[in-house]
Amino acid sequence: MLNKLLVGTRKGLLIMSRDGAASFDWKIESAHFEAIPVVYAFRDQRSDTIWVSLDHGHWGGKLHRSRNGGASWEEVEAPKYPEGDAVPPDFSVPAKTNYIWLIEPGGLDEPNRLYVGTDPGGLFVSDDGGDSFQLVETLWRHPSNTHWFGAGRDHPGTVAIQVDPRDSRHLTVGISVGGVYGSQDGGETWVARNRGLYADYLPDPLHEHGHDPHIILASPSNPDVLWQQNHCGIYRSENGGETWRDISDKNGGPAGFGFALAVDEEDERVAWVAPAVSAEYRVPVERALVISRTEDGGETWQDLRAGLPQQHCYDLVFRHALDKQGDTLAFGTTAGNFYLSDDRGDNWRCLLHNLAVVYSARFM
Amino acid sequence: MAQVKFTPNLKRFFPDLCECAIEADTVAEVVGAVDERWRGLGDYIIDEQGALRKHVNIFVGDELLRDKLTLSDRVSADSKIFIVQALSGG
Repeated sequence: MLNKLLVGTRKGLLIMSRDGAASFDWKIESAHFEAIPVVYAFRDQRSDTIWVSLDHGHWGGKLHRSRNGGASWEEVEAPKYPEGDAVPPDFSVPAKTNYIWLIEPGGLDEPNRLYVGTDPGGLFVSDDGGDSFQLVETLWRHPSNTHWFGAGRDHPGTVAIQVDPRDSRHLTVGISVGGVYGSQDGGETWVARNRGLYADYLPDPLHEHGHDPHIILASPSNPDVLWQQNHCGIYRSENGGETWRDISDKNGGPAGFGFALAVDEEDERVAWVAPAVSAEYRVPVERALVISRTEDGGETWQDLRAGLPQQHCYDLVFRHALDKQGDTLAFGTTAGNFYLSDDRGDNWRCLLHNLAVVYSARFM
Repeated sequence: MAQVKFTPNLKRFFPDLCECAIEADTVAEVVGAVDERWRGLGDYIIDEQGALRKHVNIFVGDELLRDKLTLSDRVSADSKIFIVQALSGG
């Protein structure tokens, strides 16, 4: 479904659409879950179902779905941790679903499978189209979980889930903080895939565990190529995460720290990031909003600023708030601004100024 | 039977929610009983470990619930239970 966007904000979900395929104009088609924080929303193309993760301040994290494009919604039971379970690394806090970071579809050959990533770090799976979810205990109880911990939030979070389109049993998962884990058997066994990552906040920055992937995406044209916006830089792998290479801008440009990432559907060398000043600050570099693009696998970066505010700007782009479809990119910010480009990021325009904090943006 | 009242804000998610009378010895049993009547309501009040959600309050009479971990506070036949959101938000 081209030319439609799902925008999750702190005060609800917006469905945006373009007025005709060639039109310049986007409008808000409908608003849902008014005043409720919408952490993540995406459309499962396999079943034409919109999935939404809510973060009620009072009532807990919830999952809703719509099978009719948002005309009506149905709540499904949110993932639950087993009775008596506790949170890594010290297991002193009871485990409960604090926050539902994202929902990802399984492969095309497993139409009823869905994955959900949560705070405090658990990955959940459903094999009945989302009617029920089970904790992936093999990952949750991985011996390395004593190296997991919270960053920005109190507890670790499963923030990235990638299913290999060539083999649905091949999974790559990112835990922040914990690191990258890969499975070749549909989640029965897991291995850490952090070789080449550098964690400057650890006593041993090259430790096998305890890394902080903010987001991981595979290049659709070659899923062996993985991109990672990490707490400590931007990384790329050409072997499915066996080894990573730091591709942060070495020429003084801003691409380094950040949260969001988009990759090109056709060219495995092309990706976009939304740079920010590192963890202690979390503001745009020199208070100027920029999207950086590489077209050579991270050897060089271009800083794309046309149409973006270049002074006194405090907009941050959260990890799921940048997306790409064809030549169109869109992102929303913590300051409630929403930007779109129809030429691969060369030129931007602000579609909306006065939203609440934008948590996610996904083309439908 | 204990009388149970809810914040009107929960009617957004459970439109037919209403004051009700529950036979129960503890607040945990009250939550279990209202969850049976309004399927899923319990998940809005407690988490999967049975603890009261951080930003939810339950009053037994005029007193705030004491045992927020297992909701073992005693309930009697003339108890009035009030389930509300805490005064937090943004």
